[in-house]
Amino acid sequence: MYAIEVKDLIKNYGSFQALKGISFNVKEGEVYGLIGPNGAGKTTALRILSTLLEVTSGSIRIQGIDLRERPEEVRRVISYLPEDAGAYKHLKGREYLKFIAQFFADGEGAKVLVDRGLEIANLGERIDDKVETYSKGMARRLLVARALMIRPKLAILDELTSGLDVLNAQEIRKTVKSYAGQGTTVLLSSHNMLEVELLCDRIALVNDGLIVAEGTPSDLKHRYEAQNVEEVFVKVVQR
Amino acid sequence: MSSLSKIIRKEVKELLTPATLIPIIVIAVLFGSLGGVFGGIDEAMEEAPRVAIIDQDGGLMSQVAVAVINFSAEIVYDGDDVQEALNALDEQDGVSLFIIPSNFTADIMSDRPGTIEAVWIMKGAGIMDSLPGASVESVLMGVDHAISFALIENNITDNASLILGPTQLTESTVFKGKTMEGISPILISSMMSSQSFVMPLIVMMVIIYAGSIVISSMGTEKENKTLETLLTMPVSRTSIVFGKLVGAAIVGLLMAVIYMLGMSYYMDSLMGTASFDMEQYGLALGITDYALVGISLFAALVFALALCMILGIFTKNYKAAQTMTMPVTFLAMIPMFVTMFTDFDTLPMAAKVMVFAIPFSHPMIAMRALMFDDYVLVLSGIAYSSVAALLVMFAAVTLFKKDILLTGKVSNSDRKSKVPLVALLQTIARKRRK
Repeated sequence: MYAIEVKDLIKNYGSFQALKGISFNVKEGEVYGLIGPNGAGKTTALRILSTLLEVTSGSIRIQGIDLRERPEEVRRVISYLPEDAGAYKHLKGREYLKFIAQFFADGEGAKVLVDRGLEIANLGERIDDKVETYSKGMARRLLVARALMIRPKLAILDELTSGLDVLNAQEIRKTVKSYAGQGTTVLLSSHNMLEVELLCDRIALVNDGLIVAEGTPSDLKHRYEAQNVEEVFVKVVQR
Repeated sequence: MSSLSKIIRKEVKELLTPATLIPIIVIAVLFGSLGGVFGGIDEAMEEAPRVAIIDQDGGLMSQVAVAVINFSAEIVYDGDDVQEALNALDEQDGVSLFIIPSNFTADIMSDRPGTIEAVWIMKGAGIMDSLPGASVESVLMGVDHAISFALIENNITDNASLILGPTQLTESTVFKGKTMEGISPILISSMMSSQSFVMPLIVMMVIIYAGSIVISSMGTEKENKTLETLLTMPVSRTSIVFGKLVGAAIVGLLMAVIYMLGMSYYMDSLMGTASFDMEQYGLALGITDYALVGISLFAALVFALALCMILGIFTKNYKAAQTMTMPVTFLAMIPMFVTMFTDFDTLPMAAKVMVFAIPFSHPMIAMRALMFDDYVLVLSGIAYSSVAALLVMFAAVTLFKKDILLTGKVSNSDRKSKVPLVALLQTIARKRRK
């Protein structure tokens, strides 16, 4: 069984077609990346898979669950981290993690989730400060912790390391990679080609609402005779 | 262009947005309408009141009294049958019946004040409704002056207290089928001031506070980008909608109670409290009545919150949310002013329909209606508000499942119809048919 099965997915916003019939499958435990220029349809695809936007046509199954028929069941197995996500500013970091954890477990179970979140966020004493006092990087780490602490079957991460410095970004990538190794499937989008190359098992290049190339980073480099994924990206998009 | 003018231009452009302009315009319009109402008060005071007279005396002093009344008021009946007089008043929108008993002149000539019996016809309990009564009272003062003048000029008496007060009034008021002895419309209005002022204010404050909390909450969620996370949690959309509504209702009620504590003290000190026992006139409310008022308020509040939730769905950020509260504020203010200044029963039919159609009106008019056992109005109001609240809540929950929540725009399938709610209902109907 695939963790994600997307077939002929079309999304229209009025007369504008954001996705023109994309299809892809992601295996369990795999890290799959969607890359492409701005407005290509990556975020739309992630928002649809997160049950936030309606499907115009096509089919999606997450962990075998039909997303259009049973979106509430899908929400139990996914965790979505939007690119520009925020946390409740009036809460302290620890309180925010507790607030989220209570939707997934009770009592001791929730405490385990919070402890895991504290470890991933790694904010030290600042975890007991209000979120409104956090830097962009600190807030992002808290949000990544929120997304991963529940060990979702599928983590949908839009611009994972957005706003993080090099060291923090590397640390977060390691965490994501380790969670993938423990059974969490990861679907991410990124502009950071290095990140994609380091993190993803397979990638799909999205351009103008279509998947124009798909494969492992090494396959794609070989296919397009490129030194790195960035070169592949440029060649595919400018073709 | 100098640097200063560039900065001024930028500031003005930034500050002069619909969000800042619309509230001011709405408030200006409201004050304008209030000016119209107060203008109406002056006109109503200047207009000659319509009265009926039954002169059973026919003596010198009663002739003086009738002459003054004739001069200052419009006589719709002058005869000797009480029922006919009341019918004439009812048909011609009259204010009161004056009966001058047979011993009126004899009493005054015997150094005793002559009695005038007044039967007031009260149509409503609003401020505007008590105005004709106030103008008739000035007519009666004119009668007193004229009789005093006659007493002095003809040297009839040297009794100073009789000259200063040659008549006395015994009065009763007919209001919504009830005859209340020994009380005037102005006193009834004063007794009912808490229903006329405080209740509409409480309802308006609760609705505006709770409503703005819901809209602001949606604006803040969108501005802080927390809504998407919330929507992908394993929580049903219905729970999110209800959680927001109940939270806002609790905070809104709390804020309104705090506000009203100050306001009711202010109103009491401004108006004084009527020293009449409401129960004596059959106007006191029982536990069932209060329960009905509570149910009416609850239905109106649920309607308001669900409506604000829908408005909140269209808002993009906290600033835009402030503008979005205006339609609800406006809807709450219409019945508030109507209830303060007039009575639902005395409104023209078109205005009645409009006021009834606004669910916020019903808790505002419920107390007064229940005092006069108008259960049909209150129960039909509750039924209407409850159906309206359920429909709007259903629409809010349905919209919460649509793209519009995140995009703020109607999706392609909904765009066939220009009205999202209609499109929504059509979609639901289509699904049911399948």
